[in-house]
Amino acid sequence: MTTPMVRARRREVAALVMPSLIPILVLSIAPLVVGIALAFTDARLVRKPDYDVVGLDNFARLAGNSLFWDSLRIGLIWTVSVTLLQLVAAMGLALLLNSGLRLQGLTRVLALVPWAMPPVVVAIMWQMIYSANGGPLNAFLGGIGLPGDINWLGDFSTALPAVIVVGVWVGMPQTTITLLAGLQQIPADLHEAAAVDGAGAWRRFTAVTWPSLRPIVTSITSLNFIWNFNSFALVYVLTEGGPGGRTMVPVLFVYLEAFKNRNLGYAAAMGVVLVIVIVAVLALYLRAQFRHDRTEKAR
Amino acid sequence: MRLLIRPAQYAALAAYLLFLGFPLLWLISASVKSSAELNSLSVSLLPQQWHWENYSQALDRQGLVRSAWNSLVVALVSTALVILIALPASYVLARVKGKVRMAGVTWILVSQVFPVVLVVLPLFLVLRTFGLTDSLVGLVLVHTTYMLPFALWMLQGYVASVPVELEEAGSMDGASRFTVLRAIVFPLLTPGIVATAMFSFVASWNEFFFALVLLQSPENYTLPITLKMFIGGEGKVALGPLAAGAVLAAIPSIVFFTLLRRRLTSGLMAGAVKG
Repeated sequence: MTTPMVRARRREVAALVMPSLIPILVLSIAPLVVGIALAFTDARLVRKPDYDVVGLDNFARLAGNSLFWDSLRIGLIWTVSVTLLQLVAAMGLALLLNSGLRLQGLTRVLALVPWAMPPVVVAIMWQMIYSANGGPLNAFLGGIGLPGDINWLGDFSTALPAVIVVGVWVGMPQTTITLLAGLQQIPADLHEAAAVDGAGAWRRFTAVTWPSLRPIVTSITSLNFIWNFNSFALVYVLTEGGPGGRTMVPVLFVYLEAFKNRNLGYAAAMGVVLVIVIVAVLALYLRAQFRHDRTEKAR
Repeated sequence: MRLLIRPAQYAALAAYLLFLGFPLLWLISASVKSSAELNSLSVSLLPQQWHWENYSQALDRQGLVRSAWNSLVVALVSTALVILIALPASYVLARVKGKVRMAGVTWILVSQVFPVVLVVLPLFLVLRTFGLTDSLVGLVLVHTTYMLPFALWMLQGYVASVPVELEEAGSMDGASRFTVLRAIVFPLLTPGIVATAMFSFVASWNEFFFALVLLQSPENYTLPITLKMFIGGEGKVALGPLAAGAVLAAIPSIVFFTLLRRRLTSGLMAGAVKG
């Protein structure tokens, strides 16, 4: 039952969507499909690509590649720490800003800056902060009587924590602003009612603020998790994965495998594993949240 | 006890401001310090003497100006393309419910999940087939595609806020759908288009990964890649000019984001709550 009007309408919709659809198909969806297909070949990054389908060989080889699993472990430590610390720090700052302190305007502008800056500039800036020669962090620590000669980005034990701090610095602002917007949507009388009932600050947070923010927290945590897992420029410029692979997050590992070792097929297999990991972690997280919401409602 | 809450809150806020602001102050300060001071072990936030020549030295490096120009061209062209392409589609996304919208929203979300590192391998092959690796045209295409999801999402939010009644009034007067769009809907979207364009510009200006993978010749480098190559230069880093270059590279993004901040909050909220 397609009347001429319906057909005309469909043509209109098609004409409006087409300009987006073509670049998306050619430069986004097709590469994605090809990327997955590459994982089953022995393609190499050479002028004349000539490759065979090798089935699951890449994945079998990958299973025995302990360096890749190390990088996956490092990547999960990096992603989970940054995401959690971002949330905690941003929640603190958002609550402070929402409690009617002065300096709100300044804080809000300042809070956007880290997020707006090019990641390369952020990395260069923090290299200066962490510098073992005349860096302000060491100078400060030395000044208050602590050891002030740590090579933060070059030392095996401090490199990953140092990089995580930069990740938090970058991601906290956006999370803060989103949480702040959420806080401002909570009706004031909910807090007042709780206060009248004699609830202290912590009780009001757990009983009123947190439950109201939960949907927002769920979605920003998921997005931050994805962004942090996929973030490349920051770690690449800060440490290039070093020292001794201690900050070799998986995205960097795949990049090096593809463009330095030129093993395209093998790198694609790694990429596929990364997708599976991200989707699995997200699914577990969202399912836990969903269950929690249901039990909350049932109570 | 109660009297202590405010001071404690201000102390906490001061700690946050220090954490957020100090690295910036340090970068700016390094950009006006002499190389003697930067290499000495005495550490102070304020330079003993202000040396503006770091900036002129940074600009004197041929590579920096050239790559800033490349970044500007790539960011402007991709932004224009993104808006041109996304505007009609965002209208459909906001107005046509059902399968089209579902497919669009699903793709927008999925595109956020995939590690670009998986997409970049075949993308490199595709672009190489057309001779577009190591070319700004190729980079523009890639930036345009990767900014599309977010632009579509922002714009469809703005379209949704335009009352349908206005369009109906237009078509009652006998205007075609395209006339209605051009004369009624798009003009009302101007603030949203400006915000989306600024956002896209910043995303392209800051973008590092694709530029690193695609561009090989120094004359094609964008600003982030050139800055990275400065520090890659084996020990012989001139910290002052590097800091100055970094400050210059950050200025456009920071200006745009400061202008955008209100809109961004509401845009992000829409994404966070409905997403």
